[in-house]
Amino acid sequence: MQMFHNSTSTVLIAVLKRDLVIGLRHRSELFNPLVFFFIVVTMFVLALGPYETTLRQVAPAVIWVAALLASTLSLDMMFHSDLDDGSLEQFLLSPHPLIIIVVAKILAHWLLTAAPLIVAALFLGLMVYLPQTAIMPLLLTLLLGTPVLSLVGAVLAALTVGLRGSGILLTLLILPLYIPVLIFSVATVDNAAKGLAITGELYFLGAILVLAATLAPLATTSSLRIRLG
Amino acid sequence: MFEYFYKYGSPRHFYDLSKMFVPWLGGICLILLIAGLTGGLVLAPPDYQQGEGFRIIYVHVPSAWMSLFIYMVMATAGATGLIWKVKVADALARASAPLGASFTFLALVTGSLWGKPMWGTWWVWDARLTSELILLFLYLGYMALQTAIDDRRTAARAGAILALVGVVNIPIIHYSVEWWHTLHQGPTITKLDAPSIHISMLVPLLIMALAFMFYYAAVVLLRARYEILENERNSAWVCELIEQRRG
Repeated sequence: MQMFHNSTSTVLIAVLKRDLVIGLRHRSELFNPLVFFFIVVTMFVLALGPYETTLRQVAPAVIWVAALLASTLSLDMMFHSDLDDGSLEQFLLSPHPLIIIVVAKILAHWLLTAAPLIVAALFLGLMVYLPQTAIMPLLLTLLLGTPVLSLVGAVLAALTVGLRGSGILLTLLILPLYIPVLIFSVATVDNAAKGLAITGELYFLGAILVLAATLAPLATTSSLRIRLG
Repeated sequence: MFEYFYKYGSPRHFYDLSKMFVPWLGGICLILLIAGLTGGLVLAPPDYQQGEGFRIIYVHVPSAWMSLFIYMVMATAGATGLIWKVKVADALARASAPLGASFTFLALVTGSLWGKPMWGTWWVWDARLTSELILLFLYLGYMALQTAIDDRRTAARAGAILALVGVVNIPIIHYSVEWWHTLHQGPTITKLDAPSIHISMLVPLLIMALAFMFYYAAVVLLRARYEILENERNSAWVCELIEQRRG
């Protein structure tokens, strides 16, 4: 019995460690979303002009849309390399519950792609003249919102793994589902910039995160079973 | 009861049975359509504020209702296929998607046509219009996934998961968009305060809604029949059917 209890957490940690090591060894995969994030924001600034008042107004929207795109871009990799080298099939065949493995993979994906974005957003916020008071709320929304992106994204990444042109397909499947996160996050940062209360919006984001954390791993495991079954 | 369910849930029985239903459903749809259109376009009085322009609601409102209804049907059929492995349900879900997308598109186009004389622009980021646009994206995503997966059995089950994820998300998306809309009081829309609709206008509307429902039922059965033929193209009964046709 003791061993059984240990094994669940052991599997979780083993898969997490494995994914983190693979991610850290493939530096480009780790840095590309980050660079992409910076480039998209720069493109917006170039398109809008260097005017402080304009930029200050659109800053939350620009940063959040760029973060959505960067996170979507990295989703395609979540199960892809595992499918190529056959480890995904081993996961499905392993005696351990698939959901534990899926949770570990989602967690690893978030740590590798979203966590760096949160740090980068700190600098980007300053670059697009986001008021000081809105910087902390921006990071809070990213902290609550990006796990939702990884969780919901995992379901669709599992559904589209190994398909022709899965990258663009995944993008057009996932972006409509990100709308609530986008709306509440941008509203939070906007309100913070205007000095209004933000707790309501943060609670909404938290609620969405709880819902996604409850349902997404289940949906991801059945998606994987269907695609590879 | 389950025996009954399984007997008529089998693709073959469904194929034979649906052949009988389609002309009836189509006929009822035609009668309702004629009744609804005469009622709506001829008998109903012009609106006191919008004049004759309001008559587009006889197409717009039923399509908007159908767009959401079909998504629910799609998700329910998908879940039925996923849980009880009913092949007919898979075919119904797949056949529903293009119809739902068409109704959503129709609702958007008629809304836009109505918006030009009433609001003065073709497009307004109104909460309901925006939600409808997002629904269209969800339908298109579902169809894209269906065409991307070659194996039809896997495609049906993957589509079912996607439709279920969509169903969980639709209310969240809808309310967040509504909330977003109230937040951004953009260009002030002089939204005509809708007085409760008069009975002479309401009855044709309900008839039209029923007509659309029957149209959907007829066409989805027809489409599902083709889906089933394609899914079962290697089974004995379909081969027999082809032999019979060839004579």
